[in-house]
Amino acid sequence: MVQMPILIREQRYHQIKALLARLRIDAAARLVVLVEKDGQQIAVHGELGELDTTSLASLVAGNVAATGGMAKLIGEKEFPTLSHEGDKESIHISVIGRVLLVVVFDERSSLGLVKLRSKQVSQELAAAFAEVERDSQLGTGAATVAFSEITDEEIDSLFLQS
Amino acid sequence: MTFINYASKEINCKIVYYGPGLCGKTTNLQHIYDATAPQAKGKLISLATETDRTLFFDFMPLELGTVRGFKTRFHLYTVPGQVFYEASRKLILKGVDGVVFVADSQEERMDANIESLYNLDENLRAHGYDLMKIPYVLQLNKRDLPNIIPAPDIAAELLRKDEPVVEAVASTGVGVFDTLKAVAKQVLTELRKS
Repeated sequence: MVQMPILIREQRYHQIKALLARLRIDAAARLVVLVEKDGQQIAVHGELGELDTTSLASLVAGNVAATGGMAKLIGEKEFPTLSHEGDKESIHISVIGRVLLVVVFDERSSLGLVKLRSKQVSQELAAAFAEVERDSQLGTGAATVAFSEITDEEIDSLFLQS
Repeated sequence: MTFINYASKEINCKIVYYGPGLCGKTTNLQHIYDATAPQAKGKLISLATETDRTLFFDFMPLELGTVRGFKTRFHLYTVPGQVFYEASRKLILKGVDGVVFVADSQEERMDANIESLYNLDENLRAHGYDLMKIPYVLQLNKRDLPNIIPAPDIAAELLRKDEPVVEAVASTGVGVFDTLKAVAKQVLTELRKS
């Protein structure tokens, strides 16, 4: 059976964006991204520049999945945080239930500060995402009805557009 | 898992190309990448070995167009085909919305096709999916090679339900977009049901 889609509504999206914005300032980070464990980007805030955040989200999910697999091999449930430190840019990833909080930072910040601030915001993010999951399970409302009415012609027209 | 963002008006779906080693999964993605307009695609990420064999996965995001005001974006993944990358292969199926099984039409690869399809069935089950219910397409690739098995004979061996069967030559692009359309259509139809 295919799982139910995740529905993220505007109000929830802005709530999550606000949390990311706060974390970005508190952690003196360049960029903060929230990613679903399957690799879908949920929200992003910060200095995007030329960064391809879609690819970043997919690779972060792959990275967490691979290290999670390693954790299981040695008898751990998962590794709750991952850090990759480069010469100038670094990445810190926190696993918060079904979502991954990714902080990209440079020499303006430090791993210790990013870890601390990520941990502080994780509970609020977990609560916000729990609401997203609840919305998805309910799956009602005018917007969802719109999808149930998609016609075969509309689906076919997608391939003509591309 | 389909991800619908009402704030940014986007639908994101995940499609995985599965099949035995060297069957042409990466070649399918490479053709889609080469033949798509720059504004409709992101980067093609390939986590490959030094000899260009897929080590973990290939990934590319593809935007098809809008439906009911929502941008539809497909995240295309391949798995590593080689048998010993089993752990990685299983991870990539997580959250999948649709699967393309790329079969190698060459006679000597028939056993590898059967083994890989059996492996797909098992790995889907491990994630709680059912091959009989998930959007699914069977692609018969490498139809240009001399030592191939007739299409009806491969289909007889590999068909699992009433899935669409597409004959392809991924290296020249034949059948590549037909395969993608067939699976994408099923994924969107599934979305309508949910």
